[in-house]
Amino acid sequence: MHAIFFILAALTITGASAAMCLRNLIHCVLALTLGFVGLALLYLFLGAQFVSFTQILVYVGAVAILAVFAIMMTRSAGPHPQPALSSFWITGCITALATFAVLAWAIIHSNIITPTPAQPAVSTNQIGDALMHSFALPLEIMGLLLTAALIGAVIIAMPQNRSSK
Amino acid sequence: MTHLPLSQTIDQVFVLSKAAIMGHIPAPFQPIASAILSVAPVLVVFPLLFAITTVLERKGLGRMQNRYGPNRVGPFGFSQPIADGIKSLTKEDVIPRTADQVVHFLAPLLLVLAAFLAYAVLPIGRNMVIANLSAGVLFFFAIGSMVELAVFMAGWSSRSKYSLLGAMRAVAQMISYEIPLVLSTIVVIMATGTLSTVAIVDAQARYIGILPHWYVFTPWGFCGFILFMIAATAESNRSPFDLPEGESEIIAGYYIEYSGFKFALFFLGEYLGMFATSGLAITLFLGGWSAPLSSLTWIPSYLWFLLKLLAFIAAFIWVRGTFPRLRMDQLMAFAWKFMLPMTLLNIFDAAVWHLMPHNILRWLVCIALLAIPCLLLNLNLKQRKQLQIRTYRFAD
Amino acid sequence: MTPLTGYLLLSSLLFSIGLAGALTRRNAILVLIGIELMLNAANLNFIAFWRYGPHPEALTGILFTIFSISIAAAEAAVGLGIILAVYRHHKNIDLNHLNTMKG
Repeated sequence: MHAIFFILAALTITGASAAMCLRNLIHCVLALTLGFVGLALLYLFLGAQFVSFTQILVYVGAVAILAVFAIMMTRSAGPHPQPALSSFWITGCITALATFAVLAWAIIHSNIITPTPAQPAVSTNQIGDALMHSFALPLEIMGLLLTAALIGAVIIAMPQNRSSK
Repeated sequence: MTHLPLSQTIDQVFVLSKAAIMGHIPAPFQPIASAILSVAPVLVVFPLLFAITTVLERKGLGRMQNRYGPNRVGPFGFSQPIADGIKSLTKEDVIPRTADQVVHFLAPLLLVLAAFLAYAVLPIGRNMVIANLSAGVLFFFAIGSMVELAVFMAGWSSRSKYSLLGAMRAVAQMISYEIPLVLSTIVVIMATGTLSTVAIVDAQARYIGILPHWYVFTPWGFCGFILFMIAATAESNRSPFDLPEGESEIIAGYYIEYSGFKFALFFLGEYLGMFATSGLAITLFLGGWSAPLSSLTWIPSYLWFLLKLLAFIAAFIWVRGTFPRLRMDQLMAFAWKFMLPMTLLNIFDAAVWHLMPHNILRWLVCIALLAIPCLLLNLNLKQRKQLQIRTYRFAD
Repeated sequence: MTPLTGYLLLSSLLFSIGLAGALTRRNAILVLIGIELMLNAANLNFIAFWRYGPHPEALTGILFTIFSISIAAAEAAVGLGIILAVYRHHKNIDLNHLNTMKG
C-alpha cells in the first residue's frame, strides 16, 4: 500500500461524505466535485489516464454544473425551515451500514491470490482501437442512448404550454 | 556534448541548459528539480505576457477609439502594469458580510490554478513541453471545464444579484460553446490519430516544397480553425461574447464583489485562459512551434510560438475593438443553430477529404461541402430574424 | 492487505455513503447525486480490477468505465430534466411531499 493511495482515498471519502451531510445544497455539489476529482486522481494513480481525464471532463465539467443549474432553477439553495433528512433516516442509515458491513466482510474474507502485475502501459491509441473494433457495437448503442437522452431531457424539461401560447 | 549547428544550439538552449543544471543535482532530488525547472519558466513568462498584454490592449483599444491609451507611467506608458500591480496589492480586500467566506476565497485560486494547469500540455518549442501526455488534448479540455466551476463559485458566493446573473450567464455560455470547441478539434485528431499535443505538432512540422504542412491550409482545417477561434473567444468571455461581464448591464459580472488582489487574480486567470486556448489553436491548426516557411527554420522554435501568440493577441484586441456585444438569445442561437451543425459537418468533411484520391477534385468537393451549408445556415438564421440589426424604441 | 483489497474497501465505503445519502436526504437532487456516487464506486471497482487483474492488456475495465461514465452523464441529464418538470408542476422537490401519483 502506498501513502498516495491513503491521501487520495481520504480526499474522495471526505468529499463524498460532505456531499451527503452538508445542509446547503451548493456546498453539497462543491464537496461532491472534490470527491470526483479525488476519484479522477485515483484513476490516474492506477494508470488509467484517459479515464481520469474523462472523469473530470464529464463529472466536474458537466454533471456538477448541471446539478448546480438544477439547484438554482428549483430555488433549493436558500435556507430551509424543514429538516434536511427524511422521516425514516434511521432505517436508511442502518441499511447503508449493513451494506458496507456485508461488502467489507466479503472483501476481507476473500483470498486474492493473483500477484500484483506490473503497471500496464495503455495508450489512447489502444483504447481507440478497442472502441472501434471489439467494442464497436456498444459504442453505437451508447451513441443511440445519448441521443435518446438528449431529446428526452429537452422534451421533459420544456414547458408544456409552449404550443398553446 | 555533441556538436550541433549554431541555429540548433540556440533552438535547444533552454533544453540543453536544463540538462546541464540537472547534471549537478543529486539523484534523489532530480524529479522535483526537473519539475521546478520545467514549471518555473511558465510561471514567469505567461504572467509577464499578461502584464504586457494589458498595456497593449488598452493602447490598441485607445487608438481604435481615437484616444491615447495609458501614457503616463514609464516610457510610452509601458510601466503601467507595475503601477496597477502595486495598486491592486495595496487595496483593501473587501469581502461582503453575507458572502460565503470559504467559497469566496477559493474561487479565484481555483480559476488561476486551472488556467496554469492548462499550460502543462502546450509544446512551447521543440522538445519544450512540461508533460507529454498521451491524452494531452483531453487533459486541456478537462482542466478548462474546471474554470466554469470557479466562475460559478465566484458568482454564487458573492450573494449579489449582479454576480449571480453574471455567473449563470457565464456558465450557460461556456457550456454551450464548449461543445463546438471540443468538436472542432476532432478533425485534427482524426488527421493525426493521436491526442498528444507533441505528436500533433510533429505531424505538422513538415514542408511541401517551401510551404508548411499545417492543417489550417486544408478546407476542413480552415473551417475548424475559424470555428475553434469563435468558440475560444466565447469560452474566454472576450468581446463580442462578453455578456457575463457586460459593464453596461451587470457592471462586471461574476467578479463584481471582488477587490484588490483577488480582482487582479480574476483578470490574470482570464488572460491566461485566453493565451492557453490561443496556444492550443496554434498547436492544433498552425503547426505549433514550426516555422511558416522551410527557409525560416533557423529562427528558434519558441520565438515562432511567441510570434504566433502575439498575432493572436493582436487579433483578439482588434475583434474587441470592432464588434458590438451580442444579446443572450443571439448568443445561444448562434451556438446551437450555426456552430454545432458546422462542426459536425466539418468532421464529415474531414472524413471525405481522407477517403478521396489526392487531386484537385478533392479540394473542390470539400470546399463546396462546407461553403454551401454555411451559406444556407446563414440565410436561414437571417430569415428567422434572429440576427437582424437592432432597433431601439425610446420613451415618447 | 493487498492494494486490491484497499481499493475494494474504498469503493464499498463510497457505495455505502451514496446509498445512505440516497435513502436519507429529502431533496430529489441530492438523491440523484447519491446515485451518481454509487455509480462512481462501481467505476472504481472496474478500474481496480483492470489494474490488478490477470489480463490488464484486454482493456475491458477501462472500456466498461468509459461506457459507464457516458451512461451516468445521460442519467444525470434526464434525471435533472425530470426534477425540473416535477418542480414546475408541484413547486417543490421535497420527496416527502411527492408521494402522490395524482397530478
